[in-house]
Amino acid sequence: MGISRRTFLKATGAGAVGLALGQLGIDLAPAQAYAAGLKTAGCKEVISICPFCSCCCNTIFSVKGGKIISVEGDPDYPVSGGGLCAKGAALLSMHVNKHRVTKPLYRAPGSAKWVEKDWAWTINRIARKVKDTRDKDFITKDAKGRGVNRLESVFQLGSSQMDNEECAVFHQMLRGLGVVHMDHQARI
Amino acid sequence: MTNHFTDIANADAVLIMGSNAAEHHPIAFKWVLKAKEKGAPVIHVDPKFSRTSARSTFHVPLRSGTDIAFMGGMVKYILENGLYFKDYVVDYTNAAFIVGEKFAFKDGMFSGYNAEKKTYDKSTWAFEKDANGVPKRDATLQHPRCVYQLLRQHYSRYDLDKVSETTGVTKENLLKVYQAFSATGKPDKAGTILYALGWTQHSVGVQNIRLSAIIQLLLGNIGVAGGGINALRGEPNVQGSTDHAILYHILPGYHAMPHAGWPTLADYLKANTPVTKDPLSANWWGNRPKYVVSLLKSWFGDNGTEANGFGYDFLPKLEPGEDYSYIFLFDRMYKGKVKGGFVYGTNPAQSAPNTHKVRASLDKLDWLVVGELHHTETSEFWHRPGVDPKKIKTEVFLLPSAQRGEKDGTVSNSGRWHMWHYKAAEPLGESRPMGAMAVDIMNAVRALYAKEGGAFPDPILKLDWPKAYEPEALAKRINGLFTRDTKIGDKEYKKGQLVPGFANLQADGSTSSYNWLYCGGYTETEGNLSKRRDLTQTPMQAAINLYPKFSWAWPVNRRVLYNRASVDKNGKPFNPAKAVIAWDGSKWVGDVPDGPWPPLATGKGKYPFIMTTEGHAQLFGPGREDGPLPEHYEPAETPVKAHAFSRQLNNPCMKVATSEMDKLAAPADPRFPIVLTTYSMTEHWCGGGDTRNTPALLEAEPQLYVEMSPQLAEEKGIKNGDVVVVESIRGKVEAVAMVTVRLRPFVVQGKVVHEIGMPFCFGWTTPKCGDATNRLTPSVGDPNTTIPEYKACLVNIAKAKKVTEL
Repeated sequence: MGISRRTFLKATGAGAVGLALGQLGIDLAPAQAYAAGLKTAGCKEVISICPFCSCCCNTIFSVKGGKIISVEGDPDYPVSGGGLCAKGAALLSMHVNKHRVTKPLYRAPGSAKWVEKDWAWTINRIARKVKDTRDKDFITKDAKGRGVNRLESVFQLGSSQMDNEECAVFHQMLRGLGVVHMDHQARI
Repeated sequence: MTNHFTDIANADAVLIMGSNAAEHHPIAFKWVLKAKEKGAPVIHVDPKFSRTSARSTFHVPLRSGTDIAFMGGMVKYILENGLYFKDYVVDYTNAAFIVGEKFAFKDGMFSGYNAEKKTYDKSTWAFEKDANGVPKRDATLQHPRCVYQLLRQHYSRYDLDKVSETTGVTKENLLKVYQAFSATGKPDKAGTILYALGWTQHSVGVQNIRLSAIIQLLLGNIGVAGGGINALRGEPNVQGSTDHAILYHILPGYHAMPHAGWPTLADYLKANTPVTKDPLSANWWGNRPKYVVSLLKSWFGDNGTEANGFGYDFLPKLEPGEDYSYIFLFDRMYKGKVKGGFVYGTNPAQSAPNTHKVRASLDKLDWLVVGELHHTETSEFWHRPGVDPKKIKTEVFLLPSAQRGEKDGTVSNSGRWHMWHYKAAEPLGESRPMGAMAVDIMNAVRALYAKEGGAFPDPILKLDWPKAYEPEALAKRINGLFTRDTKIGDKEYKKGQLVPGFANLQADGSTSSYNWLYCGGYTETEGNLSKRRDLTQTPMQAAINLYPKFSWAWPVNRRVLYNRASVDKNGKPFNPAKAVIAWDGSKWVGDVPDGPWPPLATGKGKYPFIMTTEGHAQLFGPGREDGPLPEHYEPAETPVKAHAFSRQLNNPCMKVATSEMDKLAAPADPRFPIVLTTYSMTEHWCGGGDTRNTPALLEAEPQLYVEMSPQLAEEKGIKNGDVVVVESIRGKVEAVAMVTVRLRPFVVQGKVVHEIGMPFCFGWTTPKCGDATNRLTPSVGDPNTTIPEYKACLVNIAKAKKVTEL
C-alpha cells in the first residue's frame, strides 16, 4: 500500500515545526523531545471514532497501563485528514471526566436523592417493572377485533449514540416486547 | 447522503441551505472549501450570517420557513430559461410520464383532500397506464398532463416578485443564486446541495428536500460526482441508527412496520412488494420478501417457521394511520396513557419541542430508565426548578453508559461508510455499553417470563437472543448467516456461514440478516470489511476522491448512489473528467454500479433509478402525504396572515398535538411579532448533555444567548449583554442579548419582520447557563415524518426585570 499519509506526517511533522521555529531563532528540539516522551511514549494506539457529528472522524487513542493518555485525529481517515473540531478535540476530557455517572443510580418514588445500586439489583428491578407493566397493559386485539399484540404504555427514545450492533439488538428487544412507541434523534 | 463527504470537492457549485456547515459540520466544510478553491461558487442561503456565510462566495438571508418559495422560483427559472439537462430529464426522470385525469391542483390544494382527517386520498395522483400496465410517456414533453408540463404550470406562479415578498430575499439576490446554481445543468457540470436540520425541522420539511431533489434532477445532478442531495446529518450514528430503525414506523432496512390491516406475512408482503410491468425497470423493492424474511429469521431463529410467518405473527401491529413518534408519545404520556420507558443517550426534557409539556409528562410515569454518561435534564426531571420531588412518584433508574472509546463496534457516517471502532480502555467505573444493558435486561425479562408466564410470552421467549453483548458476533448477524446448508446456483453454503451479499438472501427461511443493506460487509473470504483501512485507488477513482477500500459502504460498497444516472445510454460518462462509472465494452469500471446490468443501449440494461417501481426519478412524487409537488405554506406560527401563492396558509396535513399545553399563536399575532429560529453550535452538541459536562467546551460557550439585529434591539431598548426574556405562547426563556449584524430584518409583504436566533443546548443541570430554549417551540410536525417545527415559531422579547436562570 506504500506510505500512508500518517507515516508521511510522522516522518516530516517534527522537522517542519522545527524549521519554522528555527527561523525565529528558537531551538525547541530538546523541549519537544522531552514533551513527546512524557505524553505518548510507549502507548498503545487504538483507532476509535468521534461520537459527535456524522462525519465520524476516526481518532487515535493513546493508551498506557489501561488509561487513555491522549486522543488525536487520525490522518489516514480520508474525510478528516487528521482534523477534529472543538468537540472532537475535547474527547480525552469527555472520557476521563469527573461528571460521568460511574455506578447505577436509583431514585425511589417521592425521594429527593439518588442511591447507588449494583447492576444485578438494577437489572432485575427494571425487568420486574417491564414485565408487570407489560402483563397489565398488553393489547392483543384492537377496537376492531384485529390481532395487534402490542404494548403502548412502555416506550423507548434513543439513540443515535448507539453502535449499529447495539441498535440491532435494541430493535429486536423492543419489537419482542411489543413496544410501538420507539423513536430517536433521526426525528428531532 | 446520495454521495459522500470527500465527493463534495468535485462540485462545480455548492448550495448550502438549511445548514451552517462551517460551525456544525466543520470537517465536512473542508470539502466545500476544496471545491471553492477549484472555482466553485459556494452559496449560503440562511436567515443568519455565520462562519459558513463568511467563507461562502455569497450569503443570501431568507426568512425561516420560506425555502419552498425560494426554490420554487429556481425551478421556474430553470424551466423557463431552458437550463435543464434535457436528455437526463427525459430519459431518467418521470418528466415524460402522463398523470391521470383525476389529478388537480387549485388554490394551494391538491385533489383528494379529506378535511376531517387532514389527509389526501393519493389515488387521484396516479399515473396513466397503457394496456400492459406501464405508465404512459410522452418523450416530447408536450402532453398537457405530462409531469414536465404540470411542473412548469405549478411553478409558473413562483415569480420573482412573489418569491421576494414572501422570503424577504431581494430579487437581485434571488437571481444571483438561480443563475449560479443553474449553471450546473450542463452535462459535464455538477452542483451539490448540502442541507441539515434547517430544512427538515419544518411543517413542510419533507417537501423542502423533495424540491431540492427536483432541482437536482432537472439539472442532472443526481448520481454524478460532485452532485447529489447531501444531508449533513447531525448525530454520530444517526445514519446507522436510522438504517437499523430505532423508529416506530419502520423495521431495519426500510420496511414498513406491520399494522393491523396486514394480519399475516403474506398480507404484509403483498402490500409492500411493488410490482412493475416494465421489463427495463429493476424495481429493486421487488426483493423485499427476501429481506423481510431474513430479518425475521435473525430475530426468531429456529422458532421462526413458515407456520408462524417466520415470526411475523409474534410482532406488534400498529393501528393504521396512528402516529407513535415523539410528539404523540409525549401527548399520550401527558394524558397518563404511558407508564414507563427507556431513554438512552438522548435528552427529551431539553431537546423535544414544548419542553414544559415534556417535563410535565415525565412526572406522570411510574418508572423511567435512563442510560447516559451524565446527569441530564431528563434523568433529573423529578427535582427540576419549581418542582417538589416528594410529589413525583416516578421510580427512576440511571444506568452509567460507556463512552465511545470504551467499546468495540461500528458506526455509519453520512456517506454510508460502515466503520469499526476499537475499544481503547475499560469503561469508566461500572459503566457499560448500552448494548450490554439491552441484552442483560431482556435476559432478565425472559427469565421472569420463563418462570412465571404472563401476557403473550411467545415473542419474548422465542427470540434468538444472545447471552451476552458481543459486537463482533452481532456484526456477523447483521451481515447475515445461512440457517441451513443451502445451494444457490452451483454454489453450496454451510449452515452458519456468512451470506456473501444481499443478492443471496432468500425468502424461504434459509438465510438470516438483521439488515439486508449491510449484507456483504462481513464475508467468509475477506472478513469484517468495516475494519479496512486501505487507501489505494485506481486513477479514475483518485480523480473523484473515491476510496473504495477504506471501510465499506452500504449498499454493496457503492459510494455514489444512483450512479447509473451519471452515464448516457451507452454507459459513457456525461462528465468524462469526473466519471463515477464507465462501461469499457465488457464491464463497468470505477464505483460499484447500481446493479450489474450492461448499459441501457444494449437492450439488457435497466433504468438508473432502481429503487423506484418505474425505474425513473420522481419529479412528480405521488407517495408523499402532502402533495406530489412541493407547495409553499407558511409555518404553523407565521408573522403573516396570508401569502401570495394561495389562500391555504399552512400545510393542510401538518400534525399538531392538541393538549391544553399545546397552544399556537394566531397568524400575525400582535403579541408575538418576531420569528424565532434555533440552532446548534460548534462547541455544544444537541441538548448539550455531553458538552456542558466537558469543562473546556463549557468555558468556550458558557451561557444561553439570543442573537438579534441592532434594529430590533433599538426598537426594544435592549443593549448587547442585557439579559432578556424571550416569550412564546408556550413559555418564557431567559437569555443574554447578542446584538449583531449577523441577523438582519426582513422586508416581507412590504413590512419589516424581525427574526432572532437561539441555541438550544443549555439546560438547568449545568448551573447558571440558562434553561431549555425548546420551552418556546411548538409540538407541530411534518405530515410525512412528524419531525417537529423547531426552526420557525413566533415570540416576543423584552429586557428581563429579574434574572433567575443565568
